[in-house]
Amino acid sequence: MAAAEKQPVTGAGPFNGVLTWIDQRFPLVSSWKEHLAEYYAPKNFNFWYYFGSLALLVLVMQLVSGIFLTMFYKPDAAQAFASVEYIMRDVWGGWIIRYLHSTGASMFFLVVYLHMFRGLLYGSYRKPRELIWIVGMLIFLGLMAEAFFGYLLPWGQMSYWGAQVIVNLFDAIPLIGPTIAVWIRGDYVVSDATLNRFFAFHVIAIPLVLLGLVAAHILALHEVGSNNPDGVEIKDKKDAAGRPLDGIPFHPYYTVKDTLGAVVFLIVFAIGVFFVPEMGGYFLEYNNFIPADPLRTPTHIAPLWYFTPYYSILRAITESFMWVLGAGVIGMVVLIVLSVRNNFVRLASVAAGAALLVAFYVLEPKVWGVVLMGVAVMIFIPLPWLDRSPVKSIRYKGPIVKSALAAFVIVFVVLGYLGTQPVTDTGTLISQVCTALYFLFFLLMPWYTAIDKCKPEPERVTC
Amino acid sequence: MLSKIAMNFARAMVCAALLAPLAVLAAADGAKLQKAPVNLNDLVSLQRGAHVFVNYCLNCHSATYMRYNRLRDLGLSDDQIRDNLIFTGVKVGEPMKVALSTREAGELFNIPTPDISVITRSRSSEAGSGSDWLYSYFRAFYRDSVRPTGWNNLVYENSSMPHVLWEFSGQHQVEVQEFSSHAAAKAALLQAKSVARVDEISGKDKDGREVKRWLLKTIRPGSTGTLTPLEYDRLVADLVNYMTYMAEPARLERTQIGIYVLLLLGILFVFAYLLKKEYWKDVQ
Repeated sequence: MAAAEKQPVTGAGPFNGVLTWIDQRFPLVSSWKEHLAEYYAPKNFNFWYYFGSLALLVLVMQLVSGIFLTMFYKPDAAQAFASVEYIMRDVWGGWIIRYLHSTGASMFFLVVYLHMFRGLLYGSYRKPRELIWIVGMLIFLGLMAEAFFGYLLPWGQMSYWGAQVIVNLFDAIPLIGPTIAVWIRGDYVVSDATLNRFFAFHVIAIPLVLLGLVAAHILALHEVGSNNPDGVEIKDKKDAAGRPLDGIPFHPYYTVKDTLGAVVFLIVFAIGVFFVPEMGGYFLEYNNFIPADPLRTPTHIAPLWYFTPYYSILRAITESFMWVLGAGVIGMVVLIVLSVRNNFVRLASVAAGAALLVAFYVLEPKVWGVVLMGVAVMIFIPLPWLDRSPVKSIRYKGPIVKSALAAFVIVFVVLGYLGTQPVTDTGTLISQVCTALYFLFFLLMPWYTAIDKCKPEPERVTC
Repeated sequence: MLSKIAMNFARAMVCAALLAPLAVLAAADGAKLQKAPVNLNDLVSLQRGAHVFVNYCLNCHSATYMRYNRLRDLGLSDDQIRDNLIFTGVKVGEPMKVALSTREAGELFNIPTPDISVITRSRSSEAGSGSDWLYSYFRAFYRDSVRPTGWNNLVYENSSMPHVLWEFSGQHQVEVQEFSSHAAAKAALLQAKSVARVDEISGKDKDGREVKRWLLKTIRPGSTGTLTPLEYDRLVADLVNYMTYMAEPARLERTQIGIYVLLLLGILFVFAYLLKKEYWKDVQ
């Protein structure tokens, strides 16, 4: 649109001239309207809907505190640990910045896990929001990478040995594994070279990717509009002016509501930063106050709490568990052959099952531990196509889905707890049962969501 | 000197021969720690602790992340710090380094002496805070002729560090009680008055059957030191108090600022709540 064709800005404020000048050269008014003032969000958002905006808030806090840390931190194996203590003691206000960043990392995962759980509760991943969900899962993966690279930087014992354990996972890949592990580390052990490249990934590469993905996540959301706790589309019922009857403009309604949420969140955050920055070893591990020592392996290496569910799954895959996996594959193939009418799908599943069984036999359990840990994270991605329930929201789903989701949450928490503990026989057995249930939640979803007795969805949102 | 080492070695061999049928497997419960009376507001205690620290710890251990002039936090002036707490002639803005080299430490103790700037943070565990650990550690030394230094410790078994404060505490012995059930040993551990630990040992009896025993180890007072037990506990408490401060000098400031931040956020909450309520009253 040519500059002269746009209408001048006629607001109540004193800056109409300036705004008109900008708007004729930049989509200022249209962006404001599209994403805030005339973006209609359902009016029935509840507690669970705070965590999207809170994730954005934490992202900004991590970026800003990270910039200040970068001014004083030294990515050098000989100086890294000391430079963190230098920030804690000699840099004015350094300890606040450092604790904001370390507490922020844990809070980021807390908020993102709750945000993802909201998606599970109300079916926010269902059509037409599949892409929002997939981009969101990519953000989650990026966040895990960001946390992993960042955790090496303080160069404490847990930083060092945690990185050693995770990079060594690539050793498990047949044939090329050891070469890949050396390529990632830049050395035969985690060393100064590793620290430098992890620093580059942590402060530049991954944050850039995350920002791009977050923009895509929000753009996709604003294209189709937000879901809500009832799981009904507000765009189906509009007034004469084309506004959804159950929608309210995001600004000012949700900007003021999210501000309130942000203040409550900041209170929780501040309690962490100022009173329990170590959180009993869950936010800052005690061993990480010992400088990295390549010659002394700690007896118990545990990742931070947000990785422990997946760490448990990794540790659960033992020689004996391979039989359970084999039985699971056969069970899935039988189920597909019996319930799917399409002959091609039947044939493909039999072939895939046979290939998996052969692979189980050929490759060692360590490989499958790594594979299943990866699959456990990625398996959220196909959720929009696994869920075949006629309704979106948990409010109208039947007892089977409700129990399955409750069981999944329990399993996730138990796996998380076990991942923080040293390996015991009982612990391994429990984590194996939980690992099986974790995967069954997803793999059986097409069947149990289809047979569940759902309640009818309402026409309009309820409050 | 040589004969003494030979003597110790012979004793060790005899002990090993006696214990051979019961091979020590693993620590069952470890040490029961005692709560350290940490009070970062007690400047006098912190100053006394700093004094003990520079006199007794800073000869072998460094505290490189801590600068001497940071002790102004404890109400001391630069001159007071220079005159009373610096023995190496370094400037008051220098970090607490030690002249002992890694090689010398290796010759003396077999391992390099660690930097202890943040030791009270790294020694924390589920059993207690690092301060509790250190407070118990200093009160858990006992005479052990098998160890090269002549000292052993209940909290940190086979610690390479000798009992530096022995003149104050006196020289104590270890008392070992054997229990045939874990529950009984644990009950005795809970009742123990001194720092105590329970170790599990197992081996085979005469008929080749697997047997397990639990050993409760406690401290039995031996010779008296220059301080009474109560005075010695106070000395250790001051030292641990100082080391807790040194591990995170901003800790006191952190909790103080935290209260103001929470108050501010509390006020902000009221306004944010009222604003939200005002806007949302027309939403049905």
